[in-house]
Amino acid sequence: MGRYIIRRLLYMFLVILVVSVITFGLMHSVPGGPFDKEKPLPKEIIANLEKRYHLDQPLPVQYLQYLKDLAIPRISTTKFPNSIDADALFKFKIGKYYVRWVNFGPSYSSRSRTVNDMLRDQLPISIQLGFLAFCVAVVIGMPLGILAALKQNSWVDYTSMTMAIFGVSVPVIVLGPILVWIFGVSLKVLPVTGWGSKPPFAFGIFSTTHGWKYWQYAIMPMFALGLSSSASIARLTRASLLQVIREDYIRTAREKGLRERNIVIKHALKNSLIPVITIMGPMFAGLLTGTFVTETIFGIPGMGRYFVNSITNRDYPVIMGTVLIYAIFLVLCNLIVDLVYGFLDPRIRFE
Amino acid sequence: MAVDLSEAVKKSGNGGNPLSQKSESLTRDAIRRLLKNRAAVIGGIIIILLYLMMIFADKIAPYDYATQVLSEQNAVPPWLTKVFPVMESYAKPPVDNPNKYILGADYVGRDLLSRIIYGSRVSLIIAIIGPLISLIIGVLYGCIAGFFGGRVDNFMMRIVDILYAFPGLLFTILLMTFFRTALSKPDPGTFGEALSFLDNSLGGMLFIIIGIGLTAWETMARLTRGQVLSIKEKEFIEAARSIGSTDRRIMFKHILPNIIGPLVISETLAIPGYINTEAFLSFIGLGVNPPTPSWGSMISDGSKVVRTYPNQTIFPALMLALTMFAFNFLGDGLRDALDPQMRGKS
Repeated sequence: MGRYIIRRLLYMFLVILVVSVITFGLMHSVPGGPFDKEKPLPKEIIANLEKRYHLDQPLPVQYLQYLKDLAIPRISTTKFPNSIDADALFKFKIGKYYVRWVNFGPSYSSRSRTVNDMLRDQLPISIQLGFLAFCVAVVIGMPLGILAALKQNSWVDYTSMTMAIFGVSVPVIVLGPILVWIFGVSLKVLPVTGWGSKPPFAFGIFSTTHGWKYWQYAIMPMFALGLSSSASIARLTRASLLQVIREDYIRTAREKGLRERNIVIKHALKNSLIPVITIMGPMFAGLLTGTFVTETIFGIPGMGRYFVNSITNRDYPVIMGTVLIYAIFLVLCNLIVDLVYGFLDPRIRFE
Repeated sequence: MAVDLSEAVKKSGNGGNPLSQKSESLTRDAIRRLLKNRAAVIGGIIIILLYLMMIFADKIAPYDYATQVLSEQNAVPPWLTKVFPVMESYAKPPVDNPNKYILGADYVGRDLLSRIIYGSRVSLIIAIIGPLISLIIGVLYGCIAGFFGGRVDNFMMRIVDILYAFPGLLFTILLMTFFRTALSKPDPGTFGEALSFLDNSLGGMLFIIIGIGLTAWETMARLTRGQVLSIKEKEFIEAARSIGSTDRRIMFKHILPNIIGPLVISETLAIPGYINTEAFLSFIGLGVNPPTPSWGSMISDGSKVVRTYPNQTIFPALMLALTMFAFNFLGDGLRDALDPQMRGKS
């Protein structure tokens, strides 16, 4: 098990490396640079700017420099200056050594901020939103699917499955504006824009505001984003549970005289979860990227807007940072999914 | 018992000869089952109507999609103010004819209905081309990997694994920007010029298609490979090989026809996803070039004024949802009809 995880982590590291090379190559091969403005800057200024951000060096050197800033910790006996170049995601002190680790670099388009700032201030909001949407998807989807499967071909089944198809067909960009209009504009019960928590966040992720102050902002976006995923979870849960319920061991359990509730929860559900878990990994990652549109519709100060702008602005470090962070999420989600398999089905061995 | 048999013979309508009764062919059986599924039939009818609307857009649309009438910005017909009472205080109908725009006009005075009608083009074309590209690339790729196996398979599938680690939408966005800017530089070469010309004449759709196509085939490739692996060891393949069939013949004549069914079904079920991706890209401003309308970009424009003119978002949003309903219902019905065992799986 431990060896399996280590091997997977190494493989993951390799994949992330390849992703970073491709992204780096792709964004640098697009003609034009980050300092091309509609009104061209003087050549000397561009040259200075490029020198400032090391863009005058050959691409492989730039790439290695980027990797070095990212992966290798900087250690010093004196305090680091409070400058943008020395910024890092992790700053701590071991004994008399000051350590700074993981520096995603500066942002070209907003000069006073670094990508680390964005990861500190904006990313947690996107993660909170994506996670809440994921919770909506699971909390609504799984019970609906289970109910539909247990009462197969009854009105419960038909209603919930029709609801599921409707749910799948209503993406965020449809549901978002409609929710805003109903609850924000017509009924005026929920605020239309904004997010309930501000940086700094507890442990870098969690909100420091609680209760209605937080939820009044979160309710609409999380449902808008999570509902269509809840529909696909419902359909998959139903299908998978229906298959398992016909297995011999369920009949055996019934004949043993176990209580129906125990059969469903302990025997059927656990075994039917594998396909559901399989899609949950990519789904969670998809919800995280899906926050982009949700953030625009509900005016949430998350990561999404920065990414889209960064591409048009050629803001290389922001592009790299976002793609890498999301790729890491995706790969981690898949690893967790694979580990959960082993828990659900002990026959699955990790080789 | 005898009565039952004669009854069955009568029903079959084959001149009373039970032996001549043909068994129903697989296709016909599937079609019968599909037609019995009311939701799928309704979905299919809606899709046909939508495509008719797309083809005859010039005839149906009351106005041009790009003509701006600045004096009639955000015009709202009287019936809409009754539906949305919020607008009563500021909404104004066009002066000469209050009902000139049935669904109202947008922020530069373009007829909303006409734009919705023309906007169907983008979504509906993506609904055809997206699956097509993904099928062609994915099936070919998966077939080759699965068929040759061994080192080839390993190498090809590792590439897919790595592409899988790319956050799909981000990769699509990156690719699209890459193509767009690479071809908009002063001298992109003959091929580049041809591509940008094609893109311009399609209103910016070409690069959406490329962007979606380049990321969508991975799932298809995995699925195809799995299917090929499961069928490769069957006896009839061995038989074909023993009479000296070439690899290509075995692949296209024996393997492909046997696996294509489930692949097409899964691709049909993916269509709403393609429509959604296009709408998403247009929404964040990376989709079609203005003034070409697309439901995604209309929702995006409208959502900026949703507090004052909800009609500008809600109508394109409803159309988008309707189209996705229709494709979902049809895809579900098709899957149930062709492969009853898979019923209810997504």
